[in-house]
This record gives sequence, C-alpha cells and structure tokens, in this order.
Amino acid sequence: MFNSVEETVNKLSDQDYIADEGLATALFLSLKMGKPLFLEGEPGVGKTEIAKVLAQLFETELIRLQCYEGLDTNQALYEWNYPKQLLKMQAAKQSNGSEETFDVFSEAFLLKRPLLHAIDPNRSKSPILLIDELDRSDEEFESFLLELLSDFQITIPELGTIKAEHRPMVIITSNRTREIHDALKRRCIYHWIDYPSRQKEIDIVKTKRPEISDQLAAQVVDFLQEVRKEEFYKLPGVAETLDWAEALGHLNATEITPKMIEKTLGIILKYQDDVDKLSGQGIEVIMERIGG
Amino acid sequence: MNSHLFNNVLLFTRTLHAAGLNITPTQTTDFLDALTLIDIRNRNQVYHAARSLLVNRREQMRLFETIFNFFWRKANVASPLAKQKTPLAPRHKRPKQHQYAAMLMARAIGKTDQEIEMVDKAETYSDADMLQQKEFAQMTGEELDQVKRLIQQMTWDISKRITRRRVQAKSGHQLDLRNGMRSATKYGGVPLELAYQKRKIKERPIVLLADISGSMEKYSRLMLQFFYSVAQSHKNVESFVFGTRLTRITGDLKLKNIDRAVDQAAREVRDWNGGTRIGESFATFNREWARRVIRRGAIVIVVSDGWERGDSGLLVREMRYLQHRCHRLVWLNPLSGRQTYEAKVEGMAAALPYVDDFLPIHNLQSLKELAKHLEKLK
Repeated sequence: MFNSVEETVNKLSDQDYIADEGLATALFLSLKMGKPLFLEGEPGVGKTEIAKVLAQLFETELIRLQCYEGLDTNQALYEWNYPKQLLKMQAAKQSNGSEETFDVFSEAFLLKRPLLHAIDPNRSKSPILLIDELDRSDEEFESFLLELLSDFQITIPELGTIKAEHRPMVIITSNRTREIHDALKRRCIYHWIDYPSRQKEIDIVKTKRPEISDQLAAQVVDFLQEVRKEEFYKLPGVAETLDWAEALGHLNATEITPKMIEKTLGIILKYQDDVDKLSGQGIEVIMERIGG
Repeated sequence: MNSHLFNNVLLFTRTLHAAGLNITPTQTTDFLDALTLIDIRNRNQVYHAARSLLVNRREQMRLFETIFNFFWRKANVASPLAKQKTPLAPRHKRPKQHQYAAMLMARAIGKTDQEIEMVDKAETYSDADMLQQKEFAQMTGEELDQVKRLIQQMTWDISKRITRRRVQAKSGHQLDLRNGMRSATKYGGVPLELAYQKRKIKERPIVLLADISGSMEKYSRLMLQFFYSVAQSHKNVESFVFGTRLTRITGDLKLKNIDRAVDQAAREVRDWNGGTRIGESFATFNREWARRVIRRGAIVIVVSDGWERGDSGLLVREMRYLQHRCHRLVWLNPLSGRQTYEAKVEGMAAALPYVDDFLPIHNLQSLKELAKHLEKLK
C-alpha cells in the first residue's frame, strides 16, 4: 500500500505506468479510503491498464468483469450448475430408491462468476476487481452494483450471506456512452483521464516502446497531439500512439514522412471518413505545423 | 482537526453546493477524511483530492476549478489554516439553473399574462375534422391555437425494443433453469414443471432534431409542441433545435406547463429564423452528443425542409455517420405533403439516401399517420 501521493506516482512509474498527479491522488485516496475508483475518459487513455498495473504491483489477482447489455447476476455473480444438480438428484434417487429430496443447492453446485470470486471469504489478500466499461451495461445492473459496493456482501437465498474478508480494490471504467447514475458515482472517487500532455506522452512512448529512437518518439507524439486538435469522430488515444510507434518500428522508419503516415493511417484513425479527411492535404498541413 | 480548517471546508462545500454541484454530507465528510491522509500543504494534492471526491461529472470541472481557485487563493500566500474572511459565492460563475430561472420568469410573467382556457372552444368536432387536412402553413392564428391543443392530446406509443435482459415469464422461448430446478427438487429431480424466461421490453431512446431556420418559421412553434407531447409521454427523449447552430432543449421541455416549456425552449435558442447550416449542426451533434444520447436502438427524428446554406458534402458525411449509429432515421418534411413535391432542394437531395423513413408533416392528418408509423416500426 502507498503512503503518499508521491510514492504512488513513483511506484506506478516503476511498473511503466506514467500517471499525473491528479490520477495518482485519486488512486491513493481510493486505496486509503477503501472506495472504488471511477475512471472516465476517451477510449485508449489507459483506464483498463491501471488495474493490470495495480495487480502486478500488489502481486494479487486481477478479476475482470467486462460489462455488456443484459449482463445479469447469472453472469456477473453466480449461477447454479444445473446439469450437475439434475444428475445428482437422479443418482441419489436410484441409489437409495427413495423420493427423499437431496440438497443440491450447496456450494459444490455453485458456479462462481467474477463478482462472487472477488468477495470470496477464503481469499488471503485483497484482489483487484476491474469492472470494465460499465456504461455498456444497463441501469438494472448499476443498481445491483450499488448494493454490492456498499458492503461487499451478497446473499444467495439458498446458501446465506457471503461477505468478503479482504475487500477487493475496485476500479470501474466508463467510456461515457451514457451517463452513469450519480448515486453510484458519489460512492466512488471520480477521475476523468484526459489525453496526456506532450511531455507525458513522450515519456509513455519511451517507456513502453524502448526500441524507438527518441527523435521518432517525439515526432509521433507531436503529430498525434496536433491531430487531436482537429475534429474527428474518434480521436487517437494513447493506445493508438503506442500502436503507431510500434508499427513505425517494424517498418524501420527513422522519421515520419507524409508517405509513411499515409501508409499507416489506419492505425491512427478508425473511421473511413476520418481517414479521408486527414489523408493527403491534411497530413501535410499538420506536418507543417509541427515543423516536419 | 483544526477548527478553522474544518469551517473552511464546510464553507467550501456549501459554496460548491450553492453553485449547483450536488454535494452530499457524506461527500463532505469523505473530503475531511481525505485531508487527513494527504499533505495539505501541497495545494495540488488538496485540489485533486477535492476534485476526485466532490465532482463526478466532467462538465462540472471548470466550475469547480473556478471556485477552488477563488477559495484557496489566500491559502497559497498564507497558511491553509487561515480563516477565510469573505465567504462569498462567486455568483457570476453560477451555472444556468433552468428550472429556477423558469420559475422566476413564470412568476414575473404570471401577473400580466394570464393563461386562457381554450379547450372548450377547440373541442367542436366539425372544426377538428376540417383542421385535420388543412396545411399548417395556411392556418390562421386561431386555428393554430386549436391545433396546438390537439397536438397536446395526442398519445405517442413509439415502437419498443426487446432488450437482452431476461425476466421470468409464464411462457417463452427460453427455459428458466434456476426456477425449473427448484421445482424439480420437489419431484425427486424430475423437472415436471418448466419455468420460462423472456426478453425484457423497453422504450427506445428518441432523439428529436428540429430545424428552426427562416424557411421553417411557420412550423417551428408547432414542432416544439409536437416535441413536447413526445417528451411528456416517453422517458428517454432528447430534443435539439438547429439553425446556424445546435441548441439542446431537453431540459426546457420537461417543465409541466406546456406554454411555459415551449416559451422557455424558445428563449434558449439564439438563432430563430436565421439561416440554416444543417451539415454543421449535425456535425456538432455527432461529435458532442451522438455518443451519449444515441443509445441502444434509438430512433432519430429530424424535422426540416432540407434548405442547406452550407456545404452539402459535409451534410452527406454527417448523415451517413448519424444513420449508421441509430436504429432508424426518420426525416419529416413539411413540404413533402404537396403532391407536386420533389426533393429538388440540394440539401434534401443530399440527405435523402441516408434517411430510413421520409414522411410529410404538413397537417394534423400527417402527424397522426406519423404516430401510427412510429408504433409499427420494428
């Protein structure tokens, strides 16, 4: 566990995650106060990554729940193993020939899903629980989550109450395709992850793609920082920066040229309309602006 | 904790609250807790701690920052423990509080502008019959008033969407294994009584976009009435109007009194009866709103005559984007009801390939047909 905001920044940076003070403060408080960390931001700015980094840092298990529409307790929490139950009942009936009911609603027949895993009382240490892209789930799931996150216990009608011995560290991410309810957000430490500053992004590229020359890294970042000032449907995130840097590395590029950019445009922009807009003239305009 | 600091924190959260940030007492105590954990001599840490606990929307961040800077300005020079002497909320920075402002205005207007009940007058059936076919554009003021009332009484039952969430049902295509198994235990493991599940049905999100430029002048107020009646009967309705720019009027149309709601919405708009830049307005919508308001299976309804002053190439791009992202794109054109109508206007011709349903909206009859059409949408 961290003892100060500065330590948080340093420890994360040891794991190759470059965090600014805002994110570090939010994370530090989230861990200290035992509240979920709610991260919002454009796609590809490292929201999911932070959970992976924390799991490595604390040498603990990362439990990930990917949200989607219609996600319900059967897939998020637990489900009974129906075929096993059925077979057991039939077998019990044949072996002792009685109609006596057999208790099939016990732990042996329980299929644990991510949320139940996360609050398993048998754990020796707090896991990291990543609830990814919560905006994709529906309101019903949100209210269920609200309940779980308030005391980290759930009641299975057939079994009783299960309560976490070591509360999981919870990280919730959202791409903001819809507004998450205030009641849930208020229970969390909220942080909006913005696109990184130029210097921070260069640091990220250097750390994650050490094979790239410093000059190329700076050029890649300068170009994309300019692209983000333009109006596109989907702006390139840090993920795109890293992918692009890697791609340029594979192509043995030493610097970016309009021709090279043209060939690799599909890595930066993901909509045909956006590609059309930047391609040709657009690239040259931006190259001029960054003095390339 | 130092009592000066404690008081300052309370004052701070209260100021934020007064400025429109909805802060609960729990959030305040959380913030006090947080202050004991961080280095409070470090202004940045205090700032980020406060922001992460007290703000939970990106839109509120700038307001928060302004108030924070105002409040902790002195703390920068002297000690953060110094007592704040001017507990004044920065009033000029308050966000617009529509409801509140609307109430004040309503009170101010209320004295002179008494509402007149016209329902009785409008209710005669022969009148209503004749009104059905008459074009909005040719109506007299009195007729328009009657139409307004008739639109208010319309009910909208826009097609629903089958979600992926499952609920218990008496019959259905899917077995509910859990409940089936529970009943099987009664019969020694033989699933005699089957339980079923079916998919839950939900209202579709509806997005309304109305053109209020000069060429649409005759229709714009009526369209707001139409929007209002849809917004009142559905949960998930987002309304926007555009001329040279896009204005969101969702909040205004939530007022209970229709006249006030429409007036309020009208006041929000800066460019009544100006020119039209459909492409640009849609571009703004697509970038700033589409991802948030076009949710699963959304129906987008555009009301416009398609007169475009701007670049029709831009309109094509934005229409394509919009159509790909919604379930159904309906375009209502007040001119297309005329028998001689052809989509000759450049903007309309450019947009047409991306429209799923192109319908007229020139009289009451066409509004009713629209209602039927929306009910039947798959």
